[in-house]
Amino acid sequence: MARLALRPIAVIAGKEFRDRVRNRWVLVVGLLFTAFALVIAYFGAAQQGTVGFRGIEITIASLTSLVIYLVPLIALILGFDAIVGERERGSLDLLLSYPVTRLELLLGKFLGLAGALAVSTVAGFGAVALLLARQLSWNDAWHYAGFVLSSVLLGMSFLSLAIAVSVFASERTRASGLAIALWFFFVLVFDLLLLGALVASGGAIGTDVFPYLLLLNPADVFRVLNIFTLEDVRVFYGLATVFPERLADPWLLGGVMSAWIVAPLCLAYWRFRI
Amino acid sequence: MSTSHPVIEIRALHKRFGAVHAVAGVDLAVERGELFGLIGHNGAGKSTLFKLLLGLIAPTSGDIHVEGKSLRGAAFREVRRHLGYLPENVVLYDNLNGRETLRFFADLKGVPRAQCDGVLERVGLGDAGRRRVREYSKGMRQRLGFAQALLGQPRLLFLDEPTNGLDPEGIREFYAILHALRESGVTILLTSHILSEIQQRVDRLAIMKSGRIQAVGTVQQLRESTDLPLKVSLRFARGDDGLQALLRTLPARTLRFDAGEATLQCTRQAKMEVLTALTALNGRVLDLHVREPSLEDVFLGHASEEPR
Repeated sequence: MARLALRPIAVIAGKEFRDRVRNRWVLVVGLLFTAFALVIAYFGAAQQGTVGFRGIEITIASLTSLVIYLVPLIALILGFDAIVGERERGSLDLLLSYPVTRLELLLGKFLGLAGALAVSTVAGFGAVALLLARQLSWNDAWHYAGFVLSSVLLGMSFLSLAIAVSVFASERTRASGLAIALWFFFVLVFDLLLLGALVASGGAIGTDVFPYLLLLNPADVFRVLNIFTLEDVRVFYGLATVFPERLADPWLLGGVMSAWIVAPLCLAYWRFRI
Repeated sequence: MSTSHPVIEIRALHKRFGAVHAVAGVDLAVERGELFGLIGHNGAGKSTLFKLLLGLIAPTSGDIHVEGKSLRGAAFREVRRHLGYLPENVVLYDNLNGRETLRFFADLKGVPRAQCDGVLERVGLGDAGRRRVREYSKGMRQRLGFAQALLGQPRLLFLDEPTNGLDPEGIREFYAILHALRESGVTILLTSHILSEIQQRVDRLAIMKSGRIQAVGTVQQLRESTDLPLKVSLRFARGDDGLQALLRTLPARTLRFDAGEATLQCTRQAKMEVLTALTALNGRVLDLHVREPSLEDVFLGHASEEPR
């Protein structure tokens, strides 16, 4: 087997990234994040009768709910046709006839798309941080940076799932269906299933197993990562009683999130190799 | 042509897709500097053989060596760097212009970008390099596809239906480039459905059917191997009806005899006897023309045989 070479990975990643910059994908998604984040920062508490910035912890908690819906969807849309699209267009064989291995192609695709997603996420949410700079302490800025970083990780984990979908699916239409199904499952259905299991078992699935089951969903890992690291919010959400302190370690949760990035890519490579 | 080791060497190659035996025991050797054609019906196994040769799919069994090296071994990158491929339905990136497309592929191959303009010029796209590929005609896309295959001065070219979408002038220019490349020692393997186009241009060719090589050789060798009849057309003075009786004495079948023209059909073995007899009729036979079986006749003859 040929050794991994960085050059073809960089060439493919560079093309993917440039394509997203040229077709203004990065700009549009970045502006979308900025707009949503600003609206939430200023009007997030409108239901309680107040308008204006209420502090970083509540803003992050509100943004977390938004990001859980939005970022996975954007990542899945971004990556679902990465491989199957090339295959359907007929350009995959041409790419693979070059001195590039299948692993290098997968990594190049992933890194290029991940770069586009990361830039739009950091720029989009970063713009809000700049606008709020006067109202943020260093500690607030630290928390906000953690939120942005975890949003990037969340995006990458769903992008990794999208790449796996694009390898497994035989057609683009199937890939898009599968990507949407994954979004529904992880963002909408998974928590309902857990709650259902909790109720159906009469609480037998309790605090012992429940927190670990949350780790099986990158969206939940992201939620836990952002909510449990914010003291006020943790109390506010009343979740401190069901999630053990030892699992709420940001490094551990970051590691789990990273595993969610690596595992689907490994699965994709396993299927993609000849 | 060199007598060194074959550039492509295939031994007992098999590829199965479930119950389908797409390549069923192919042995083939292509020499350096050969322009080699691969023909066969749709589904004969040509594309699968191409994919195997390019290392895009793994064989079920058998060996493939390109320039004496395995495509899947440690020399993978070295072999690929000296290889150019034009797929049957070339799809390039519509959002890039011609120059950017070539630069991307040059980067991927590790070829200096400086080569791109020269290659574009060579395939006749020198003036279209800054135009987006989405504005290209089918023929221009095909030329651009050919250009990417030429990057890095490949020693081996795989061209799948390379003249798709090219106009007659484009086809002529394309083969002129191929012949120049062949003269410089480049080995070229191509497929084409337009048999009349390749019969005068390839050095050797192989006919594939049901995953097997039915026949391999020069066009002339293949003609001889099929024993297909030749056709002799002749022109004679109108009203020379006595000639018909004379033609009946020849070892040939008269297919047509009217209005001062006749067409005969004879075996290759009887060719000289028939021609000698007709030449002796100098004065009565005003002109004659011998038509060898076309590559299409040869192909259809082999394609109708049971797989070996």
